Amino acid sequence: MQTLVTVLVLAPMVGALIAGLFGRRIGNIASQGVTTGLLFLSCALSWYVFGAHTWGGASDFTVKLLDFINIGTFQSAWSIRIDALSATMLIVVTSVSSLVHLYSWGYMAEDPSRPRFFAYLSLFTFAMLMLVTAADFMQLFFGWEGVGLASYLLIGFWFNKASANNASIKAFVVNRVGDFGFALGIMTVYWMFGTVNFAELFPMIEAKAGTTWMFLGYSFSAIDLACFLLFIGAMGKSAQFFLHTWLPDAMEGPTPVSALIHAATMVTAGVYMVCLLSHMFEYAPVAKMIVAYVGAITAIFAASIGFTQNDIKRVIAFSTCSQLGYMFFAAGIGAYQAAMFHLFTHAFFKALLFLGAGSVIHGMHHEQDMRKMGGLYKYMPITYAVMTIGTIAITGLGIPGTQIGFAGFFSKDAIIESAWAMSETPQGMFAFIMGLSAALLTSFYSWRLAFMTFHGKKQWEHAHDDHHAHAETHGHDDHADDHGHGHHAHTPHESPLIMLVPLLALAVGAVAAGFIFAPYFVGDHAHDFWGHAIFTAPTNHVMHDAHHVETWVKFAPLVVTMLGLVLAWFFYLKRPDLPKKMAANEGPLYTFLYNKWFFDEIYQATLVKGSRALGNVFWKIGDVKLIDGLGPNGAAWSALKAAKNLVKTQTGYVYHYAFVMFLGVAGLLTWVVFWLAA
Amino acid sequence: MSLVIPNLLSVITFLPLAGALVILVLRAISRKDDEAAIDTNAKWISLWTTLATLALSMVMLLGFDRTTTDYQFVEKIHWFGPLSYHLGIDGISILFVALTAFLMPLCILASWTSIKTRLVEYMIAFLILETLVIGVFTALDLFLFYVFFEGGLVPMFLIIGIWGGKNRIYAAYKFFLYTLLGSVLMLAAMLYMVNVAGTSSIPELSKFAFAENAQPWLWFAFFASFAVKMPMWPVHTWLPDAHVEAPTAGSVMLAGILLKLGGYGFIRFNLPMFPQASEMFTPFVLALSVIAIVYTSLVAWRQTDIKKLIAYSSVAHMGFVTMGIFAGNQAGIQGAVYQMISHGIISGALFLCVGVVYDRMHTREISFYGGLTNLMPHYAFVFLLFTMANVGLPGTSGFVGEILTMTGVYQASTWTALIAASGVIWSAVYALNLFKNVMYGPVTNPKLDGIKDLNARETLIFVPLVAGTLLLGIYPAFIFDFTTVSVDALVGVYQAAIGG
Repeated sequence: MQTLVTVLVLAPMVGALIAGLFGRRIGNIASQGVTTGLLFLSCALSWYVFGAHTWGGASDFTVKLLDFINIGTFQSAWSIRIDALSATMLIVVTSVSSLVHLYSWGYMAEDPSRPRFFAYLSLFTFAMLMLVTAADFMQLFFGWEGVGLASYLLIGFWFNKASANNASIKAFVVNRVGDFGFALGIMTVYWMFGTVNFAELFPMIEAKAGTTWMFLGYSFSAIDLACFLLFIGAMGKSAQFFLHTWLPDAMEGPTPVSALIHAATMVTAGVYMVCLLSHMFEYAPVAKMIVAYVGAITAIFAASIGFTQNDIKRVIAFSTCSQLGYMFFAAGIGAYQAAMFHLFTHAFFKALLFLGAGSVIHGMHHEQDMRKMGGLYKYMPITYAVMTIGTIAITGLGIPGTQIGFAGFFSKDAIIESAWAMSETPQGMFAFIMGLSAALLTSFYSWRLAFMTFHGKKQWEHAHDDHHAHAETHGHDDHADDHGHGHHAHTPHESPLIMLVPLLALAVGAVAAGFIFAPYFVGDHAHDFWGHAIFTAPTNHVMHDAHHVETWVKFAPLVVTMLGLVLAWFFYLKRPDLPKKMAANEGPLYTFLYNKWFFDEIYQATLVKGSRALGNVFWKIGDVKLIDGLGPNGAAWSALKAAKNLVKTQTGYVYHYAFVMFLGVAGLLTWVVFWLAA
Repeated sequence: MSLVIPNLLSVITFLPLAGALVILVLRAISRKDDEAAIDTNAKWISLWTTLATLALSMVMLLGFDRTTTDYQFVEKIHWFGPLSYHLGIDGISILFVALTAFLMPLCILASWTSIKTRLVEYMIAFLILETLVIGVFTALDLFLFYVFFEGGLVPMFLIIGIWGGKNRIYAAYKFFLYTLLGSVLMLAAMLYMVNVAGTSSIPELSKFAFAENAQPWLWFAFFASFAVKMPMWPVHTWLPDAHVEAPTAGSVMLAGILLKLGGYGFIRFNLPMFPQASEMFTPFVLALSVIAIVYTSLVAWRQTDIKKLIAYSSVAHMGFVTMGIFAGNQAGIQGAVYQMISHGIISGALFLCVGVVYDRMHTREISFYGGLTNLMPHYAFVFLLFTMANVGLPGTSGFVGEILTMTGVYQASTWTALIAASGVIWSAVYALNLFKNVMYGPVTNPKLDGIKDLNARETLIFVPLVAGTLLLGIYPAFIFDFTTVSVDALVGVYQAAIGG
C-alpha cells in the first residue's frame, strides 16, 4: 500500500518531467500519451486506495519519503498522509485530471505547444496531490504554492496574449496575498505549539483552547488568531470575497484548465484546508464565525454577478466562486462533512459544465459570448444533453425526503439544512438566508446559460462575420490564427469523441455521485467513513440536527430552484426582449452587478496605483534625491574635485594596484605592531 | 573515506593566486605577438585552477566532521606580536568557501567570450578575488580577516572600473567610497579589541567578554562595515550602480559572494562578541531589515533596467538575512545562513540570465525585449525557474531561507514578521512583471529576430545552478547538516550572554 500511494503521487510528476523536458524530442503524441497514461494509472490507484479505505477497512497511515526542513523542533518531511479526507481528494483530483487530460487531446489538437500544456497539467496534478497528502504545514505550503505556479503557467499558457499574461500575474499575486496570511498562520502555529506536524499538533489543541496570544502588540484568543490567519490563505486560493478578483480573469486560460484548476480542484484547496484543520477550527469560535460570514457573503455576491455576465466561461467562474462560498459557510457552521461532500459532487458537475462550455466554444469556433449563441441543441446534441445534466445537478434537483436526485441535490441540501440547524446563531441564520437566496440565483443563471446557449433563436448566423475580430478584442480562447476552420463555414459542430467521452463520464458522476456517496459523507456511515480525519467538538451536533429539520426547510431549496427555472424561462425564452432592454438601460443596479461590484476598479485605483506611486517615490526621491544626494554624491563631489589629481595615478595595471595595496597592508601591520608594543 | 591533504585550507585559499602567478609567468615567457594564445592559455588555466579549487573544497566538505563545534582544518603559525597566520572553518564558514569555489568556475565560463579587452588581467583579477574571498571565510585571525576583507575590494573595484559599462568610474567610486566609510571604523574597533583582549584570535575573542559600555560602539563600528557590504537600507545605493556597470561575472561574484561577507561578519563578530549590544540594537536592525524588504521591492518594481531590478531585489532578500540573524534564535540564524547560500546561487544565476541576453543585444533595457519565449525556449525555462526561486517558491532554495528567517523573527517581533511576510507579495509583483515584459507577449522588436537560444557553454553554466537550487530546495539538509551544530552553539552562547 505504501509503494502504491508513492507511485500514485509521483506518477504525474514523472509525466510532467518527461513531457516538459523531452516533449520536443519525443513529439506530441508521445508526450500526451505518457502524461495521460500516467494520470489514468494514478486515478486507478486512487480509487483502489479510496475503496480500500472506505470499504476494505484499511486504516489511516503516513509514508515518510524524505526529510524536508528540520531545525530543532521545526520538523517537516516529504510524506504521504492517507485518511478519509485525503483519499476523497485523491479520487476527485485524479478522476477530473485524467478526464481533462483526455479531453485536451481533442480541445488542444491544433495547438503547437501541446507537450508544454500536458506537462503543466501533470505538474499541477502532482502539486495538488502533494497538497492533499501533506502531513505537515510545510508540504501543505509546497503544494499550495505549487498549484499556484501551475495555475500561473496555465492561465498564461497563450503567452503572446497580453490579457492572459496580466491575468496570470494577477492570479499569482492575489494568491500571494492569501499566502502572506497563510505563512503568518503557520508561524503562529509553530510558536504556539512548537510543531508544524499535523499529527503532533492536533492532540495539543484542546489544551490551548481559551488561552491568549500576543500578536502585533495586541492580545488575541490564541486559536482564533491562528485559524484566522490560515483562513486568509484559504480565501486567496478559493477566491473568496475580497480576494476573488483573480478567478474571473483566470478564464483567460484554455478551458480544460478552467475545468480542472479553477473549478474542480485547486480552488477547493481552501475548503479542504479548513476541513483538515477542523481540529483547530472547532476550538476557534470567532474564526469559524468569520469563515461562515465570508462564505455566505461570497455565495450570494458571486451569484449576483453571475446572472449579468454574457461570457459563458465567466458565468461558470462566478458560479464556482459562489459554490465555494457554500462550502465555506458549511465549514464555518461546523458542517465540515457537508462542505467536503459538496466539494466532491461540485467537482463532477462543475468540471462537466466547464468542459461542456469548452465543447460549445470549440464547436462555435472560439465564440464565448452567449448572446451570439442560441439554438445549439440541434447541432451539438450530446453536449446539450450533458450540459443539461450538469445544469440540473448544480441547481440541485431532487425529491426531498427520498434518495432520488442529482448530485447537487444531496450536497447542497445538506448544507442548507445544516445552516438551518444552526439558525439559532446569527451566522447560521445569515448563512441559511444567503444560501437559500443564492440557490434561487444559481438556478436562474444556470438555466439562463442553458437557454441562451442551446435554445431560442440562432444568434450566430448573422453574427459570424465579425466573430474573429471580436474574439481578439475580448481575448478568448483564440489560438484562432492556427485554427483551420477557415472555410468550412461557421456552422457549429459537435465535438470529437475524445472530448465527448470525458463529458459522458463526468455526466455519470453528476447524476450518481450524490446518491451513491451521501450515506458515507453525510449519512449513516459518515462516522465510520471520516474516522479521525474530521474532528467535531462534543458540542457540535450540526450534522445530526441537519437530519431533523422541519419539512418546509427540506422543500425550500426545491421551491426556489423551480422558481429560478421559471424566471429564467420567462426572461430568456418567453420574453428575451426584456433582459436586453434592461441591459440597454444600464440602470444602476445592473451596471453595479455587470461590473462585478467595481472591485477591480477600486483595487486598481487604490492598491495598485498606490503601491506603484510609492515605488516611484522611494526610488526617485528616497534613493536618488535623499540618499545619494546627501550621501555619496554630496560627499563624492567634494572628494572627487579634490582628488582630480590623484585620479591620474589610475594606470589600470593590476600590478600597480597590487603593489600599492601591498605597501598599504605592510605599513598598516607595522603600525599596528609598534603601536601595540608601545 | 576522505582524502587527507595537509594544510588543506591554505591550499584552497592560495591555489587561485598560484594560478594567477602561472598566468603571469606564462605571459612573460610567451611571444608578445601571439596574444590569442596568451588569452586562450589564461582562460584555460583559470578554468582548471578554479575547478581544482572546487574539487579540493569537495574534499573539504567530505572530510568535515559535522558533529563538533570546533574549528576544523586549523592551521596556526605564530607571526609576530599578537598576530598569527591562523586559518580554520566551522559549519558556517565551510559553506561559504564551497559556494565561492562553486560559483568561480561558472564566472570564468561566463566570461569566456564576452570579455574582449585585457583578458589576462581580467582572469588574474578574478583569481585574486577568489583567494581573497575564500581567505575571508577561512581566516581566524582578526587582522588576517581584515586584510582579506578589505583586499577583496581592490579586484572588485578594478573589475567594475576597467571592464564595466559606460558609467563604470562613477559606480566604482561609489562602491569604494561606501565601503571605505565602514572599514575605517572597523579597523579602529579591531585595534581597540586586540589591545584590550591581548589576542587577535577570532575564537578567543568570541569568548572574551567586552565591557558593556564599550560594546555599543564596537558593535556599531563592525555593523557599519558589514551593513554597507550587505547592503542594508539606507546604505544600499552603491549596489544597483555597481551591478549595472559590472560585467556579468563581476555581478555574479558581487551578488553571490561579496554581499555575504556582511552577513557572515554579523554572525562571526557582532553576535558572539558583542551580545549585549546586539540585543540592544536588535530593534534598530529589524527596522532597517523590513524597510529594506518593502522599500527596495517596490523600487525594484519600477526599474527599467533588468540588472538594476535584480540588484534591488538582492537588497530586499538580504533584508531577510539581517532580520534572521538578529532574531538570535535557531530558525532565524539557520534560515539566514541558508538564505545567503541560496541567494548566492539564485542571484548569481539571475545575473547570468541577464548576461545571456546582454551578450547578444548589448542592452539591459526591459522595454527593448519582449516575447523572448517564442525565440529562446530553453532560456525561458531557466529564467522562469530562477524567477520562481527568487520569488521564494517552495521546492526551490529560495523558499526555505525566507520561511525560516520569518519564523525566527516572529519570536522576536510579530510586527517584523508581518511586514517581512508582505515581501512575498512584492517579490511576486516585480519578478513576474519582469518576466512578463522580457519573455512573454509577441516579439515586437525586429532587432530581436534571429536571437539564438542558449548555446552549449551557457547550458553548461546553468545546469549546476538549476541542480543546486532544486536540490537545496527539496532537501535543505544538505545545508543544515553542516550548520546545525555551529548555529546551535552560537545561539546557546548568545542567549546565555543576554540572559534569554
